Amino acid sequence: MTARGFLLYAGMALLIVLTGMFQGWNLALTILNMGLISAIMSLGVNLQWGFAGLFNVGVMGFVALGGLAAVLVAQPPVTEGWNAGGLRLLGALALGAAILVGAVQVWKRKIGGSMRALVMLALLIGGFFLFRASLDPAVQAIEAINPSLSGYLGGLGLPIIVAWPVGGLLAAGAAWIIGKAALGLRSDYLAIATLGIAEIVIAVLKNEDWLSRGVKNVVGLPRPVPYEVDLQRDPGFVEAAAGYGLDPVTASTLWVKILYSGLFAVVLIVILFLAQRALASPWGRMMRAIRDNEVAASAMGKNVTARHLQVFILGSAVCGIAGAMMTTLDGQLTPGSYQPLRFTFLVWVMVIVGGSGNNYGAVLGGFLIWWLWVMVEPLGLWAMELITSGMSPDNWLRGHLTDSAAQMRLMTMGIILLAVLRFSPKGLMPER
Amino acid sequence: MAEPHLIGEAMTGGYGRGADILHGCTLSVDKGEIAVIVGPNGAGKSTAMKAVFGMLNLREGAVRIGGEDITHLSPQDRVAKGMAFVPQTSNIFPSMTVEENLEMGAFLRRDDIRPTIEQVYDLFPILRDKRRQAAGELSGGQRQQVAVGRALMTQPSVLMLDEPTAGVSPIVMDELFDRIIEVARAGITILMVEQNARQALEIADTGYVLVQGANAYTGTGAELMADDEVRRTFLGG
Amino acid sequence: MTDILNAIVALSNFVLVPGAAYGAQLALGALGVTLIYGILRFSNFAHGDTMAFGTMATILVTWGLQSIGISFGFLPTALIALPIGIAITGLLLLGTDRAIYRFYRKQKAAPVVLVIVSIGVMFVMNGLVRFIIGVGDVNFADGARFVINAREFKEMTGLDEGLAIRTTTLITLVTAAIAVALLFWFLNKTRTGKSMRAFSDNEDLALLSGINPERVVAVTWLIVAALATTAGVLYGLDKSFKAFTYFQLLLPIFAAAIVGGLGNPLGAIAGGFVIAFSEVLITYAWKKVLVYAMPESLEPSGLVQLLSTDYKFAVSFAILIIVLLFKPTGLFKGQSV
Ligand SMILES: Nc1ncnc2c1ncn2[C@@H]1O[C@H](COP(=O)(O)OP(=O)(O)O)[C@@H](O)[C@H]1O
Ligand SMILES: [Mg+2]
Repeated sequence: MTARGFLLYAGMALLIVLTGMFQGWNLALTILNMGLISAIMSLGVNLQWGFAGLFNVGVMGFVALGGLAAVLVAQPPVTEGWNAGGLRLLGALALGAAILVGAVQVWKRKIGGSMRALVMLALLIGGFFLFRASLDPAVQAIEAINPSLSGYLGGLGLPIIVAWPVGGLLAAGAAWIIGKAALGLRSDYLAIATLGIAEIVIAVLKNEDWLSRGVKNVVGLPRPVPYEVDLQRDPGFVEAAAGYGLDPVTASTLWVKILYSGLFAVVLIVILFLAQRALASPWGRMMRAIRDNEVAASAMGKNVTARHLQVFILGSAVCGIAGAMMTTLDGQLTPGSYQPLRFTFLVWVMVIVGGSGNNYGAVLGGFLIWWLWVMVEPLGLWAMELITSGMSPDNWLRGHLTDSAAQMRLMTMGIILLAVLRFSPKGLMPER
Repeated sequence: MAEPHLIGEAMTGGYGRGADILHGCTLSVDKGEIAVIVGPNGAGKSTAMKAVFGMLNLREGAVRIGGEDITHLSPQDRVAKGMAFVPQTSNIFPSMTVEENLEMGAFLRRDDIRPTIEQVYDLFPILRDKRRQAAGELSGGQRQQVAVGRALMTQPSVLMLDEPTAGVSPIVMDELFDRIIEVARAGITILMVEQNARQALEIADTGYVLVQGANAYTGTGAELMADDEVRRTFLGG
Repeated sequence: MTDILNAIVALSNFVLVPGAAYGAQLALGALGVTLIYGILRFSNFAHGDTMAFGTMATILVTWGLQSIGISFGFLPTALIALPIGIAITGLLLLGTDRAIYRFYRKQKAAPVVLVIVSIGVMFVMNGLVRFIIGVGDVNFADGARFVINAREFKEMTGLDEGLAIRTTTLITLVTAAIAVALLFWFLNKTRTGKSMRAFSDNEDLALLSGINPERVVAVTWLIVAALATTAGVLYGLDKSFKAFTYFQLLLPIFAAAIVGGLGNPLGAIAGGFVIAFSEVLITYAWKKVLVYAMPESLEPSGLVQLLSTDYKFAVSFAILIIVLLFKPTGLFKGQSV
């Protein structure tokens, strides 16, 4: 890292420390934890965009798949649900997959044009009804069981940390499918395709109650760290807290957050290390060569699409890991809260502002933009109060302006993005 | 000798900040005459045409038309000075009809363009039949006619053609050459690049052989055809 | 026989009429996207929010008109406000171009850079709309609700099924038809319109012909403002206005533009209807129609809904992927820059 980089990182640390001093350590740690997760997402997008020039605007979908993994791995299995229709449901899914594979196989056969298309179409349409006919009863049976509390299959009951790599795998699988279809097409087609897949992932999470309870949400996910109440009952902890002059409630809240920070920091450092190694490896050099001149690279016999598929899957997997971590931190999966502006485009702002092509830049962007995202609201409110301080308290405009201060965020992010693109297109920490 | 109608004199320059492609190249043509540029692929023929038309910045040299220095004019301003250019590739508006292509050629004119369109149709009668058809759907030869027609719509005094016969059949090529001679007879000065060197030099008043961005041989069409060296190297014996 | 008529009426009521209205709205949106792509050569991610902004401007003017007691009889007041909304949006887009896009145009920046820039613009516009009008649902349709309502229709025809035609549906179809006719007249018959097509076809040759690129770009933004505002207002009258919904329209609109062939206006219209009808057909519960159309013994027991309505994005998406895999330039030949 350059001296400029160190300075920027020191400045970022200072921002968080100042937040802690002026607005409380609880907020500072909350920002730090989401900052760590944002930095990982930002690294994932940087792999795709910074290394390879791939335009993925489906980050939200991969993040949500990570969240799904947290439920599927860590929640206890719902035995009644499984008994009611679990196996039938798995069977139906297997059938669906088999139909799709069959259709692809038919398509790959070298038989006469329209015949092939007709057979494939018949297979798909007939298969769809067959699939629905076998899936629907199973789904109904599962969702009928205690719908207000469960009504789904639950998960595997494993430690939630396991969900992090699994989230990466789920995202990688989705990336493989989408990459197979849309890579090799023009860059903005990939963008639209990823935008679409993200919406579909969210639609599945919202609708398929048997999978993750849909909009009824899964709450109370197991934690990788102790619960605050348990800490407060632990005499050793209370004593240690008293040693720092903290009451047990505050101390336990802070301690849990610190433990999360530690876990997240380990993951970030590992991924950052690997990303740096990848960037410097022959693979990374080839990736950038392709990015800078696709035509020349493919003329030199490089299989551009295959390389792009690799890096697309890797980057999406990193986003999936971050998504699983985020759901772990939240302790719940709420499909309704996934918004593209927040989970896709904000990550893009992080990468561009940090410096695309530079891993350290992407990480810095993750922290900085997240900090701003949180801080713009109180700052906006403060600014609005300043502006409207001259108006009478029941002035319509005053009420409107203070109410709307929350919406300042998006505008600020847009202005920051536009300013960086215009005046410092390589970002805070340029690639070289 | 009097100043030629169009002259690109000692032109040196290249694309953007890249290396020079033209090295002191000079091209000139007298009023109503035909000058033909031939030379191997990549010699810089197209580049020289673009330089004359102001599509790249010259580091040295000058371009003059009718004695007036136009070195620093933009291509659009050169159109206003009576120059017209048919580029080598993408020289039509493919999704627009033949007639609309001609109208776009006359975009800067505010007077009645109907008579000029009729003149173009008289020159290339096939275009009259196809005037409602999208230019991109026409055959290669017809597309070249549209391209030339579009350039003629400004009623230029100089017509510059970059390989107008590229990719057309021999019969159509003869036809096109005849039309070009006809245009020259009408008093329009013609500067063109040709791959089919032998035929082109036959109709040329002046011929230029360009090699690596510089003039290698210059003479009347007949002189060049008679030159053993030129014949052996560029005309295939 | 009456069964068949009932089936046809039910089909029209629930599928054909709403599908046509939605298709017209998507088509107008897709026309804007496709024009920007053809002239400025990038996919404008801010288009959904441009529609939202235009609609918001129109709503504000509508409220202003209503507050001084102006209305439009049985038609919604928003139609009077629409031209003013378009003008405001046009100014915003021209300003955006001046302040932001022009810089990159002069630099001849890669299309993907412009796409990212448009994401920044999207954020700002989205924030602006939320800031001014909030995030809630705004219903601004006034005037008569129905041209024909279901009860009247049943009384008139004596059928069991009613056909309700809402005023907004009719307005959508008529306005969209007028807008498209005007657009095509402009593009095909006027000098400026032709110069836009020429610029879209072959930029270099257009420059050589003396066409002024800045003028073409400015006119394009104005037309886009008109199309986007009209599309947004029609959609808002038909359903309701909500900033986030408009952002989400981006996906079906892009799907429509790409399916039709990016850069091709005719394709955008066709694409809009293809996407709209597929969405409606696949997410409609067919039971009602089938009960009439099938013999008693074959009548379905379930709802016969192929996919839940929440999957409507999946439909646009699936069609998009199919077209991209088999015909990457779209149904009508689009540009492939
Ligand atoms: N747009 C361009 N930018 C940079 N270099 C170019 C461009 N067009 C052509 N060149 C280079 O200029 C040289 C001459 O090309 P050109 O003038 O097209 O040759 P010719 O028309 O005689 O075949 C070639 O080396 C070619 O690679
Ligand atoms: Mg050439």
